Parts: sequence; structure tokens; C-alpha cells
Amino acid sequence: MALLDLLVYPDKRLTKVSQPISEISENLKQFILNLEETFRSFPGCVGIAAPQVGRFERVVLVDISHKPQHDNHGFLVLINPEISSYEGSNVGREGCLSVPDYTGKVERAVSITLEALNEKGEKKVFQMKGYEARAVQHEIDHLDGKLFLDRLVSRRNALSKRIELST
Amino acid sequence: MLTLVGKDRNGIVAKVSQALFDLNGNLGETSMTRLGGNFTIMLMVCVPEKTSIVQEKLQSVCDEFELFFHLDEIEGELHQHIEPDVRISIHGADQAGIVARATGALNEAGLNILNLESDVGGQPDSPVYIMHIEGVAGKGIDSLEKALQKFSRENDVVAHMTPIDTMVG
Repeated sequence: MALLDLLVYPDKRLTKVSQPISEISENLKQFILNLEETFRSFPGCVGIAAPQVGRFERVVLVDISHKPQHDNHGFLVLINPEISSYEGSNVGREGCLSVPDYTGKVERAVSITLEALNEKGEKKVFQMKGYEARAVQHEIDHLDGKLFLDRLVSRRNALSKRIELST
Repeated sequence: MLTLVGKDRNGIVAKVSQALFDLNGNLGETSMTRLGGNFTIMLMVCVPEKTSIVQEKLQSVCDEFELFFHLDEIEGELHQHIEPDVRISIHGADQAGIVARATGALNEAGLNILNLESDVGGQPDSPVYIMHIEGVAGKGIDSLEKALQKFSRENDVVAHMTPIDTMVG
């Protein structure tokens, strides 16, 4: 296994659209292991996309299980991921390994239906909500050459989830 | 740090930033916003020229736009952002001392304020005060929540608190 070099904004390659995977090759499996090792080397990070390390293929890894307060499906290898339905929207704060020292508010769908192949090439369908759905939408954006910077909302835009403390 | 204020009108930002660019100034982080009928700028700028030359150039722009400005030498300290972990919104009928009491209570409960924005809305004869605060809960969320509940009860305002869990992908 090996740590892969991360592309950092304003590297123009981060705007490239990634290509679908047509075959789960041995080379791809090895790449996924390296991508996971790279991902694990950033504690607190919840996802990584192949184009962030310069491989422009539609593969992302997501794992929010270290934040057990959020519903999650554990560690996910998502190949050719497609979101088939979106529901609701809210604003949350995001950061990105490829955009150091900056976080901002981004509007995302609250719930999604996600279809993807796993590392064995099996088709999977997931219903996701909240934090995990946000992470997946952030990572799939990378496959389309988009960063959270492209989706920032105003600093003055309030976060929508609120805890009422008084009447 | 350039601090600048004056009656709001079109073109202030363009004119001021052009003047600084003409001095080979390099802008850092800024906050530029309309407060009531005024326009305000807090702006970090690194200028190779002497302060007296910057003063002179800015004075001519400010005379034209009837603005007041002030320059202070500061350390940049860029690339050291602190992430907020809590957001607090407070609103209610405007009352004297509301900001002092709110921020006093929150400070005691461990809040380090990173950003505060407040607006006066409602009718002129019954104004409403709306405040949004983002910061770091130095003594934890529970401490802040208790303080906010007490503050809300004692001051007859509505207060919401939302933990901020920044997602890094």
C-alpha cells in the first residue's frame, strides 16, 4: 500500500469530470486500497474521491462511522455512484482535504437514494440522510469536477437545524 | 488593518480597493457590510509603500466619498482559521443591554466568539433585535445550553443553539 499525493485547490485538475469504471480490475482494487490508506491518514475526514489524488475515475470512499451520533452505513466503497432521488435541503458547514484552512456553509439535500457498485462489482442501493448524505453529495461533486466552494451560501445564511431552548 | 466607515453609496468598495491596488497593495481577509445607512469596511492589506503615502492616497478617495478611515499596523496571522463548533441565534423585542447581557452570559459559560452579526428589524416603533453568533464552546455545549436557557428566560427572548459539526470530505 502507499499514500497518494493529494491535489490541492487551485489545481485545475480538480475541475476535471471523472470517467465511469467499466471493469473492477486488479489495478483498481489496489488503487482503492491505496486510496483508503490515504483517506485514513487524515483523522476526522469522512470521505475521499479518486480525482482528489489525480485518478479521474468515478470512485469515492465514505466512512462517517467515527461519528456514531449520525446514522451511517459504515465504510463504503462507491463505484460509479448515482443519486437517483433527493429530498429536502439544509445548510451545513463543510471543509475539504483539497481546500486547506477554509470551511463554509453549503446547501445539500437532507435525504438521498444512492445507487453504486461496491468493490466486488455488486450493485447496492442505499437510503441515506443527514451527515452521511451530505458526505456522499460532497464526494460525488468531486467526480463532476465540483468543489464545495462552488456551492457556498452566504455567511449570513442561518443553519437550518435548530434546537429550541425557550418558548 | 484599514477601518473605514461612511454614508452608504454605490462604488465605495470598487474605489477603495482600486486605490489600494494602485499602491501595489495585497488584500487579505475583509469584512465589508452595510450597517443601517452606513457602509463599513475592515480590511487587511499589505502595502509596500510608507504608511504616510497610503494615508495620502486613501484620504483623497475618502474626501470624494465623505468617508472616515483609520490605519493600524497588525500581524497578518493568515491561514490560522479557528473552526466554530456552535452557532447561537437570539431574537426578541429590542432592549437596552441585550448584547452585553447575552455575550456576558455566554462568555462566562465558556464561549469564544468568532463571528457576531446583529440586525435591528421590525417596526420603527417596536424594533426587533436579531443576533447570530458563531464560536467555540470552551467549556462544552451543556454549559452554554444552560446559560442560554437562563438568559432566554430572564430576558424574554428566544434563543436557539445548534452544534456545528463540520464535515471534511
